[in-house]
Amino acid sequence: MSVAGEYKRLIFKRFSFSLSLIFLLILLTLISLGLGSYRISVSELLFEIFNGNPILWNVRIPRIVSAIVVGASLGVTGAVTQCVLRNPLATPFTIGVAQGAAFGAAVAIVFLGAGQMHRVGESLTIFNPYIVPIFAFAGSLISVFVVLTLAKLRDLSPEAIILAGVAMSALFQAGVMLIQYFATDVQVASIVFWTFGDVGRTKWIEIEVITLAFIFCFVYFFYRRWDYNSLLTGDETAISLGVNPKKVRLEGMLISALLTAICVSFTGIIGFVCLVAPHFVRLIIGGDYRFLIPTSSLVGACLLLAADTIGRNVISPIIIPVGIITSIVGAPMFIYLLLRGKHVRG
Amino acid sequence: MLEANFSFSYRNFEVLKDIVFRLEEGEMLFVLGPNGSGKTTMLKCLNRILKPKGSILIEKINLNNLKLEEIAKLFGYVPQRGEVSFLTVFDAILLGRRPYIKWEVGEEDVKIVEEVIKLFKLEKLALRKLNELSGGELQLVLLARAFAQQPRYLLLDEPTNNLDVKNQIEVMRIVKKAVKEKNVSAIVTVHDLNLALNYAEKILVLKDGKIHTFGSVEALNEDVIREVYGINVEILKYNGRRIIVPEI
Repeated sequence: MSVAGEYKRLIFKRFSFSLSLIFLLILLTLISLGLGSYRISVSELLFEIFNGNPILWNVRIPRIVSAIVVGASLGVTGAVTQCVLRNPLATPFTIGVAQGAAFGAAVAIVFLGAGQMHRVGESLTIFNPYIVPIFAFAGSLISVFVVLTLAKLRDLSPEAIILAGVAMSALFQAGVMLIQYFATDVQVASIVFWTFGDVGRTKWIEIEVITLAFIFCFVYFFYRRWDYNSLLTGDETAISLGVNPKKVRLEGMLISALLTAICVSFTGIIGFVCLVAPHFVRLIIGGDYRFLIPTSSLVGACLLLAADTIGRNVISPIIIPVGIITSIVGAPMFIYLLLRGKHVRG
Repeated sequence: MLEANFSFSYRNFEVLKDIVFRLEEGEMLFVLGPNGSGKTTMLKCLNRILKPKGSILIEKINLNNLKLEEIAKLFGYVPQRGEVSFLTVFDAILLGRRPYIKWEVGEEDVKIVEEVIKLFKLEKLALRKLNELSGGELQLVLLARAFAQQPRYLLLDEPTNNLDVKNQIEVMRIVKKAVKEKNVSAIVTVHDLNLALNYAEKILVLKDGKIHTFGSVEALNEDVIREVYGINVEILKYNGRRIIVPEI
């Protein structure tokens, strides 16, 4: 077979992988819809959905849709960040999105009284739900803009962005600890509770906001797919291929960080999906961003949905926040990357 | 025709001063000089990876007035070291078509890449990932990508790095063929002076960021080498070819 023929077969394989991920996501959605304290068999699902079953429509479907869009958002932003920062361990959290959000949430909970809680069974709920996400989002934004402004002084090099990100993360973390030190027990518990990433706390309107943001960002990322491939060759070669690496890096970082900030503001901190999803894809179909962008989204969605379904069912009726499950899954991935020992970008 | 007249400073330190030369279409220029003399910087100024003071004109059009994408159609660049990634060899060479791709690659782009892969005999590696290649294989991929760009000027920064002697000859043969048959001009930096004697039509010798000698390859003689590199050499003739033998 000719080289072009073999290449077309490879492209077909990549398409097939993407399609199989879509089927996997549909399958996981069906399983997740059925599982829970109140079990619904697959054969009854359709009937229950059209009959307006309140458990499905008020609890499970929003939760599942939230897991899908947040997972997809985190997966794709991880892929883009790893490319633009030329670092296999980079995620939007590298530039302090999570710590900034936690600081914002802590300020809202402690200083604006959003931290009064009541107990519902075993779970804790935060009152004034919109103050917290707004402050969390503002905290993320501050971190992102400070990091990118500082990095701009150093020509927006990936190293400068990462170093500025580490510094800002440490600063915000110290801020959270300081607030916690002077806060009441209830407020400290509220801050800790907020940081547990949980897709169950999003309402439809919030899911709509995340979905819209995801669609906008995904279209932008996909439009830039050739530029991301070019960046893998190094900044100088990318310029020689007609790409402006600083512009692509700045926009990529900014848009990734904003999308992640929106997700984190509504759901809390969900780690590792950004890191794991793109690496999983690279191992199977390689680092071509034409496929990495959509498939990282799909893998991210599958991972978060699977993790949330496990979290809901493993010691039911207690729900383990999905952020904890993803971290447990993410740790072995880190160790695997460490053992693999090859430093490749994208 | 390429007409260069520029200088380049990095944070108040003048790396290149008064680089003035002309290159006709279908010519092969070798840039020589000791380590740190500014060879790589000069190549990077030519396709505006770096932004020099002065002008670089292609057919009287100043590169300052062109977009990066348009410059990328004129210059194919091969860096000294290539970055590895999870891209396949085919995907990496396909990137050479980046300046021409509007939304997605067409049949024509795939055909051009296939031809280049055959030219560099990379068929067996086409679907391998870059992080699985040896240094020499990666070097061939970088060259192939620059050829897939179908540029009018090839900027090759030590293109024979990491290559065994057979591949060195093969690569220079391919470059020379492109120069002769496709009217491409090549600007090549090398450390191997004998390689320059064998393949260059013109030479440009840099010393401390300034042009020491510019002219036909015959201008490379014992005196120039002594003044620029600070060593004594003997130039022998063998089968009609000149060979530089350094004094040890």
